[in-house]
Parts: sequence; structure tokens; C-alpha cells
Amino acid sequence: MANGKTIINDIDHTRYDFRYAESSEEYIREDDGFTEDIVKRISEEKGDPEWMRDFRLKCLDLYNKMDMPCWGPSIEELDMNKIASYVRHKSDMKNNWEDVPSDIKETFEKLGIPQAERLSLAGVGAQYDSEIVYHNLKEEVAKTGVVYTDIETAMKTGYEDMVREHFMKLITPADHKYAALHGAVWSGGSFVYVPKGVKVDIPLQSYFRLNASGAGQFEHTMIIVDEGADVHFIEGCSAPKYNVANLHAGCVELFVRKNARLRYSTIENWSKNMFNLNTKRALIEEGGKMEWVSGSFGSHISYLYPMTILKGNGSKMTYTGITFSGEGQDLDTGCKVVHSGADTSSVITAKSISKSGGIGMFRSSVVIEKKARNAKCSVSCDSLMLDSISRADTVPAMDIRAYDADVGHEAKIGRISDEAVFYLMSRGMSEEDAKALIVSGFADSVSKELPMEYAVEMNNLIKIEMSGHKA
Amino acid sequence: MSDIILEIKDLSTTVGEEKTPILRNVDLSVARGETHIIMGPNGAGKSTLGFTVMGSPVYEVGSGKIIFEGEDITGLSADKRALKGIYLSFQNPIEVPGISMRSFLRSSLQQITGERIKYSDFNKRLEEAMELIDMDPSYADRDVNVGFSGGEKKKAEILQLLMLRPKLAILDETDSGLDVDAVRTVSKGIRAYKDKYNGTLIIITHNAAILESLSVDKTHILVKGRIVGSGSGDLTDEINRKGFEKYING
Ligand SMILES: Nc1ncnc2c1ncn2[C@@H]1O[C@H](COP(=O)(O)OP(=O)(O)OP(=O)(O)O)[C@@H](O)[C@H]1O
Ligand SMILES: [Mg+2]
Repeated sequence: MANGKTIINDIDHTRYDFRYAESSEEYIREDDGFTEDIVKRISEEKGDPEWMRDFRLKCLDLYNKMDMPCWGPSIEELDMNKIASYVRHKSDMKNNWEDVPSDIKETFEKLGIPQAERLSLAGVGAQYDSEIVYHNLKEEVAKTGVVYTDIETAMKTGYEDMVREHFMKLITPADHKYAALHGAVWSGGSFVYVPKGVKVDIPLQSYFRLNASGAGQFEHTMIIVDEGADVHFIEGCSAPKYNVANLHAGCVELFVRKNARLRYSTIENWSKNMFNLNTKRALIEEGGKMEWVSGSFGSHISYLYPMTILKGNGSKMTYTGITFSGEGQDLDTGCKVVHSGADTSSVITAKSISKSGGIGMFRSSVVIEKKARNAKCSVSCDSLMLDSISRADTVPAMDIRAYDADVGHEAKIGRISDEAVFYLMSRGMSEEDAKALIVSGFADSVSKELPMEYAVEMNNLIKIEMSGHKA
Repeated sequence: MSDIILEIKDLSTTVGEEKTPILRNVDLSVARGETHIIMGPNGAGKSTLGFTVMGSPVYEVGSGKIIFEGEDITGLSADKRALKGIYLSFQNPIEVPGISMRSFLRSSLQQITGERIKYSDFNKRLEEAMELIDMDPSYADRDVNVGFSGGEKKKAEILQLLMLRPKLAILDETDSGLDVDAVRTVSKGIRAYKDKYNGTLIIITHNAAILESLSVDKTHILVKGRIVGSGSGDLTDEINRKGFEKYING
């Protein structure tokens, strides 16, 4: 606009950026790189059962043999020899917030984690670097038989068979190089089991914080929602900014059984030096419902395409997501769905905002198998570019093998309207506020899907991203 | 002694890279509490005048000044002008998806007054204003102008006027596209603004109907970017009967 340009370049990340230097006495840190010795040490440290240890080594072998992905944004800057696979505080996981080491506690307190729990959560897990440092499940929820812990603990407390039956069965190590890497060095994450018919009214939350510099986070999330059960799981992620690359290669495997429902919400705000190569997948049985809600703000480069397999007849999936890419960010995201059962339906609603040279790419992939009679799928992508140096793209792919499928696709790419900015300014809002309001409005269909506090958090992130403050 | 709220001196504006001239040497002086009418053929520059007073960056001021309450505001951005008490009712109000009328008006009001307003007080004020102009309360929770009919958008502009209570309101064809009843309710709203808050009005219109219940102090005729005639309120009647021919050829 003519009356002075708003500078919306760098980002005030102070809320996420504070960090405590980890002292070598208090933290255990693996050597950089990924070798057999390192994998063995991690496995030993964790007291893995033998099958898991063998699995890790097989995965490492596979990792070494596989090629880097070459179809997305370049990850050449990511030097795997400079990434520490494992960093943890010397203290163990706590169930009592007071016992969590003070530097970690303060970090999470600044991020509002314990407050959020007090307010409205059924259970909270918090991971700091490679290990879960805190876990708590409300007693009344635990009484219903709901299990919420990390995978390591689950394996030691009677759920080893269940873990073994599901671990990396949906996302196999052969899927891609970073899935193989994940299999080799995974650590921490969440294990959730909701028994038949149990409906958890308030969400479970896990928060992942990668505080160490030049490190990787490889948490594994496994959620099994048994027949007729219902749960909402929220994951939040953040990291302070460093000048060296950090890597996130988590895996999320979700199993939604007959007539069950799972809502999986993510608010991701990795720092802008993060390579986010995360894999998420869900398998839905008959009459089951999977709901993805996703807000991605952070990372330098992301490869993220949550996939849903609608296996059972009448199973359903909705995906509602938004990405915000600013300066130096190349966020390659998408959503995949495979319709395998009859009468399955999926709705994909994606939004992307790009500014200051950021790149937002959305790939949708829809497969409708021959046996998926009477399947319905609709995909809509809406992109907003805030200036002329930013980019937004959508790549739809459809593979439809059933003659009676009902599939729709719609894509819109637009710029922020100067008229709308002027209209809001004429009502007393500064140019910056006017733009932020328009962007929040654009994101509204996603924030509406989030619980109140997270919607507020998302609006704050939008304001931070839109404001001219320098970090 | 008259208290001049707005003074436009020798204002010329251009648009675009080619600097296409639109307004040419416009002079206008409006005293507090007065109602001025601006008439003129399509494309004469009436909306441009409104936009320029509001501070639209689309129109570049080539020469001249805009003085509001004694202060030169020619270089100020629109938000600063709004804070000083200028309001423009848009000829084509803009849709803002994802923002409810209620939260939009509340943040706008808080910006302009610089004070936090209690939710309950705000809601009461909103309800009263909506009732005055016969607007269904459910519209408060719809997104700003989204899917509103042409007439509803105009009413919503008057709703904003009543909520924000500016010192000077420029109404750009707020009456066009309204049915007979809507013209009546909208003029009721305008009158309420004028009477209750000692409002000053510049009304751009093609139609005398909206003026029936308002006492007009001055009428100006804008043709091809120039004010070619000014007179008392009676001038509107004459225009309505005879058209602009006399001015266009004069
Ligand atoms: N952004 C713009 N770019 C190019 N030309 C413009 C722009 N805005 C206005 N104009 C031109 O300036 C002239 C005046 O336009 P304006 O909208 O002010 O007329 P108006 O008197 O309000 O007309 P109407 O009665 O039809 O509303 C017109 O010829 C119009 O085409
Ligand atoms: Mg006009």
C-alpha cells in the first residue's frame, strides 16, 4: 500500500525461542551421525526387547541402502553426519510436574503446557528432545481403561504384544529413507489405547519440544482406538531457532477400529532451521471415522502428507489443514487417501498462506480402488499469497478405478485484496492488523475445528507471522 | 461563526502509473453538524472524492490539501483518519470471510475509541443499533458482508456508522439498490446519527428520496472531476427534475 510499507519479514519468535544451554553433566547426548554402534547404544539405553533391537538394526541397514527423496524441496543442506540421534536429560520420566527438572519445566511452562492440562485436558505427555519427561492421565480417564504413555513404557507394562503387532506396520521402514531411519533410532512419543466403547470427552495432548541444537527428534506415536471408542488427540511441537539444521522424522500410526472415531489435531511450530520429514498414517475399519486437523507454521523444509486408508465399508475421513510459509520456508504438504471399502467418503479442505518468499505446495492424492463402490471424495485447496515474491501451488493426483465414484476437486489461488485491507483500515485498523485479520479469517475454517485454546494459539501464531517485529 | 470540520482545498488526484487525472481542483468546506449532498453523473469522481478523503492509497494526491478539524491530514493513512473520526460508507462494501460482524465491529470500536469495551455493553449497543435499522440480530454473527444482498450490505454500513459514531460520515450511494422500505429505515439510521451524535454528513446520491427526512445545508454538483456548481438544498430538486445537462454543457 502506498502509505508506508509494512515490513513482514522476520518473525518474533521470543515465545518459542528461549532456550537453556544443556550442560554435558545433566544431559546424555549421542555422537553425531547414524551408525550401528549408535543404534545399539540407543537400544541398550532403552532396554529394548530383542525383536525391537533387531528391527532397529534392519532399519539402519535399509536406511543406508535407500536413496534420498528427489521429487520435493531440496534437503541437500541437511548433513546427516551433523545430527545427534539421541539427547536426553539424565532424570527419568515423571508423573508429577513438580519433579520435572527445572530448566525443562520452565520451558514447558513458558509454552503454557501445564496450564493447558489444568484447564481442559484428559491427559498430557511432554517430550523434551529424545525422551518423554512427563506423563499424566486424569484418574477418571485411567479408570475407564484408557492407556496413555510412551511406547517404551507400554512395552514394559503389558502392551508389548500390541506394540509389536502394530509398530511400523502401517508405515513400513521400506516406505522411504526417513521412515527407515525412524525405525532405527526412534525414541519417545506416545502410546494410546482406548478400549471398546470408551468415549474420552476431553482431549489427550502430547507436546514435543526439540531443544538441543543439531539434533534429531524421532518420536513414535501409536494410537489404537478400539471398536466404538472415541478420542481426540492433540499434538503440539516447537523448537528454538539455531543456526544449524535440526531434523524431525517422527512417525504417527493410527488404528481406528469398527465404528470408532479419532480426531488428530496438530499445531506445529518448529523453528525455521528444522527439516520436518514426518510421516503420518491411519487405517480405518468399518464405519470408523478419522478426522485430521492440522496447522503447520514452522520448519525450514517440510515433507508432510498424512495418509488415510479407508479400509472398512462406510468408513470416513476428513482433513482440514492450513500451512503458513514465510521467508526461507518451503512447506511441501498434502493429504493422501485410499478408498478401499464400499460407501467410503473423504473430504479434504486445505488452505495455504505464503508470504515474504515462502513456498507452499499442496499435493492431494486420491485413490479409489475398484472394490470401493459408491465412494465419495471432495478436495478443495485455497491458497492466499500475501505478496508477489511468495509462491503457492497445488498438485492434485487422482487414481480412480471404480466407475461409480463421486470425486470433486477445486483449487483457488489468490492474493490478499488491497480493497479489503483498505476497507478494514477505514474502520480504524492498522495495515498490519487489517492483514492479520484477513488472514485469520482465511484460516477460520481450520481454527474453528480446534479447541478454544488452540484456536487462540493459532491466531497468535498468525499475528506473530504477520507482524513486522524482528526476532 | 461556523466551526469548519472538513476543508478541501484545490484537491487534484490521479490514478495509476499513467497518472490519469480524476479530481481537478476541488474545493469544499463543511461545517460541523451540516449535511452536504454531492451529485453528479456516473464516472464524475464522486466515489474518488470519498476514497480520497478517507485516505485510499489508490488515488494519488497531485496537489491540494485535506484539512480535518484544522489539521492537514493529506498524508495520513486511512486508519489514522478513522481514528480522527472520519467514516466512509462504501458504495460497494467488501466481504471479509471468517470474521463475524460482531467481532469486527467490536475490534473496530476499540481501535477507534482506544478503550476496551465490556462485552455486555457492546452487545447491548449492537442490539439497539440493529433494531433501529430493522436488521435481524442473527446478522451480527454472520461474516462481514459475506453473502449479504446488495441492500443488506448498505444497511450494514449504516449499522457500522451507528456503532462507530464518527465525527464526519461520507455516505457513498448508500441509498442505491434499496427497496422503498429499506430507504426509509436507512434514512432513519442516518437521522439518528445526525441528531444523537451531532453528526456531519457528506451524502453522495443519485436519488432525492433519502433526503426527504433530512435537512440539507448544501448541494454540490461534480462533473468530470470538478465541482461545477454549489447551492442550497433546493438544488437537488432542480437536478432531479432537469438532470445535469446544464452543467455538462455549461
Ligand atoms: N482505480 C481506478 N483505476 C482506473 N480508473 C479509475 C479508478 N477509480 C476510478 N477511476 C475512474 O475515475 C472516474 C471516476 O470514478 P468514480 O468511481 O469516482 O465515479 P463516480 O462519480 O463515483 O461514479 P458512479 O456514479 O458511477 O458511482 C471514472 O472514470 C473511473 O473509471
Ligand atoms: Mg461512485
